[in-house]
Amino acid sequence: MRRLPKKDIVIVGLGWAGSIVARQLAETGLDILCLERGPWRDTARDFNISTVTDELRFDKRQALMVQPAQAGITVRNTVSETALPMRQWGSFHPGNGVGGAGLHWAGITWRFTPEIFRQRSHLVERYGESAIPAELTVQDWGLTYDELEPHYDAFDKLAGVSGRAGNLKGEIREGGNPFEGPRQNDYPLPPMVQTHGPKLFAKAAAELGYHPFPSPSALPSEPYTNSLGLKMGPCTYCGFCTNYGCANYSKASALICVVPWLLLQPNIEIRVNSEVVRIEKDGTGRRATGVVYLDGAGEELFQPADLVAVCGFQLENVRLMLLSGVGQPYDPATGTGVTGRNYAYQTPNSVTGFFENVAFNPFIGSGAAGGALDDLNNDNFDHAGLGFFGGGSTRVIPIGGAPISQRHVPSGTPRWGAKWKEETTRWYQATMSVGCEASSFSTPGNYLSLDPTYKDRIGRPLLRMTFDWPENDRRMSQHVVSKCTDIVRAMGAKHWEPAPIKGAWNTSPYQSSHVVGGFVMGADPSTSATNKYLQSWDVPNLFVVGAQAFPQNPGYNPTGTVCALAGWAGAAIRDLYLKSPGPLAPT
Amino acid sequence: MKSRRMTRRGLLTTAAGAALLLGFGKVSAQESRPVWMPFDGFPPADSMAEGLQFLTPDEARTVGAIVERLIPADALSPSGKDAGCVDFIDRQLSGPYGVFSGQYREGPFQDGTPMQGDQSPLDARQRYRLGLAALDGWCRANAQAAFADLPEDRRDAILADLETGKITLDGIPAELFFEQVLANTMEGFFADPIHGGNKDMVSWRMLGFPGARYDYLDSLDIAGTPLRLDPIGLKGGPSWSADWVPPSAPARKG
Repeated sequence: MRRLPKKDIVIVGLGWAGSIVARQLAETGLDILCLERGPWRDTARDFNISTVTDELRFDKRQALMVQPAQAGITVRNTVSETALPMRQWGSFHPGNGVGGAGLHWAGITWRFTPEIFRQRSHLVERYGESAIPAELTVQDWGLTYDELEPHYDAFDKLAGVSGRAGNLKGEIREGGNPFEGPRQNDYPLPPMVQTHGPKLFAKAAAELGYHPFPSPSALPSEPYTNSLGLKMGPCTYCGFCTNYGCANYSKASALICVVPWLLLQPNIEIRVNSEVVRIEKDGTGRRATGVVYLDGAGEELFQPADLVAVCGFQLENVRLMLLSGVGQPYDPATGTGVTGRNYAYQTPNSVTGFFENVAFNPFIGSGAAGGALDDLNNDNFDHAGLGFFGGGSTRVIPIGGAPISQRHVPSGTPRWGAKWKEETTRWYQATMSVGCEASSFSTPGNYLSLDPTYKDRIGRPLLRMTFDWPENDRRMSQHVVSKCTDIVRAMGAKHWEPAPIKGAWNTSPYQSSHVVGGFVMGADPSTSATNKYLQSWDVPNLFVVGAQAFPQNPGYNPTGTVCALAGWAGAAIRDLYLKSPGPLAPT
Repeated sequence: MKSRRMTRRGLLTTAAGAALLLGFGKVSAQESRPVWMPFDGFPPADSMAEGLQFLTPDEARTVGAIVERLIPADALSPSGKDAGCVDFIDRQLSGPYGVFSGQYREGPFQDGTPMQGDQSPLDARQRYRLGLAALDGWCRANAQAAFADLPEDRRDAILADLETGKITLDGIPAELFFEQVLANTMEGFFADPIHGGNKDMVSWRMLGFPGARYDYLDSLDIAGTPLRLDPIGLKGGPSWSADWVPPSAPARKG
């Protein structure tokens, strides 16, 4: 195996997390290498305006996602089952290439509220230790909202986030989210335009006593020059957004908001089609010596480095730790070990309304332009006696009307034939869904490990996912869906179909790409894999940045927090670690 | 070091479009900056090549006899067959999708729980080849004619029995075959015409979907009335020709 010249810092993965860590470290002048598993991407070429509006290619054939043949996983609901490969992506859509999953994301950009970061402490303080269900391994993050807030603020300015502050330095403001944590600054851009469906939603929700506001969006409502001097165009509501790249330089991504700046830095090098296969450690096992990766020609190379920051997608981050022997693998039988522990998901809920005498023009839309409310989320309502914790962010966001996927008909409608066609045509313009992207608590039985049978193309075990919905989350789902049904009714729907989670987690239909946990942050090395700086407890010159750090998932889209954590971890490396290399938190 | 399967050929089969990306990666992996060629886009392969690419004429006839029942002609639209779904399916099968390129295809293949998804070892081409032959075999044995020669109501009844698994086919589960054809038929009917189906954007006209447009900024204030725009596809549409006359003024309100 060829040994390459040493680098000071290697960053693995060049999506949002990797690019933000690179940005934080650029001005140290250190020699930095970014390794990206997938191809180079360029807006003008890959998301060309004359080819990008192709639903078959991008939505159905998943042109922007990593192929399961390259990085697949196996899945099962319980330890008693044999995990089998997810042969094609179903429940979630991992990304690939420069920009990562942040190319095909929706752009909904939440901050988590202060209580989220003290999830266990908060629940114990309000409801008592005995109220925490035994099935939940709920825990604190080890850092506070106040510590993270400057990095949320920085991300708003990096991504051109559009919205209206509901809590500006403690002052609650009309028209924003009254439940959010205090912000130093308002959003850099005003909210996006609310089309007819979101307007109906906001009116109905307000009449029911809720507090609707425009969804925060990393699709700029106006032309924007970001904090690195990079230009973004205003969103045109084209309706080819989630699962597509943006031709318009609108949807914020590492590709348009960070990477062009990185390319100008003389001390930063990017190598694409370079898949890291493991982290190398020295004889003590407590120091990373670099990474082994495959280049585009398939040659295996050793890249030495003084510091490694792993910034891939959550699934691959956890797998790389398991393959590299970082942290003790979690064992569900004993509850010991941290690598693979506290895997959690996002609980998807929706109610589809069928309306008469209205045309919603669903093709006018985007991944994040719409209305939302937070009254049904977090601990924003009293959970005493309800039998569950958590909730979700509730919203109406018309994402587009590309018709291979975006066709709703009432259940019971035939799936083909004349009646199917009649119903499809009747309802295409006349349905609108209220969604509730809800929390997912961690449990002792939901975890990630290496599969004993199935291997990838170079003989490495696939990641094995063991997951089913916790009872807590099933109850939560019933609750929030009943509330969403009230909203749909108030919007004027003639017929509605609630869709809470039911049965075991089905791996096939798309639900959410918000997979989290498995290598979580915290204050206690027996229940977390990294400290609050995302620094491995066991290997202090290794930082692991991404949604794998979430100890459980609140009812929000994760990207805003992933990016804030990347800014936080990058600053910790720059301002703390480099001045005094070693553990940044006491074990 | 496990280099056993790390062959160039192995890498080439890992992803659709890998040849293009590999050529690119070989350079960029050595260079300090990513490089690319100007105008080096990769538009969809021309799906309109003449003649059948994968299906035999008999198979194509059977597929046509299926898709014209899945999507029958009526006042709303032409049939799936007349909309080009057979061409679409044939082109898809002849390309990377036909062999499920990019999917995880390593064994062992075994049946899982209903929650574990499609675990069939058969790729799309095999599903059609086996399924179409088995369907005709079943029809000849039970209805004394090939599927395509049966009357419409009989075909509908057989398709419904495939959907629910009441019919057993040789070599492939009936439901698996049916779901494969149904999914591809809907893709072909609703996808951009550049892929061979949805001829003249008939499904988009049926729904009122304006197609591959890229800017609705001047239509955001429509308050619940349909925005009527003649659809355009990736290769344009009638509205791009000089003699085109708008069908009607857009109904706007707000």
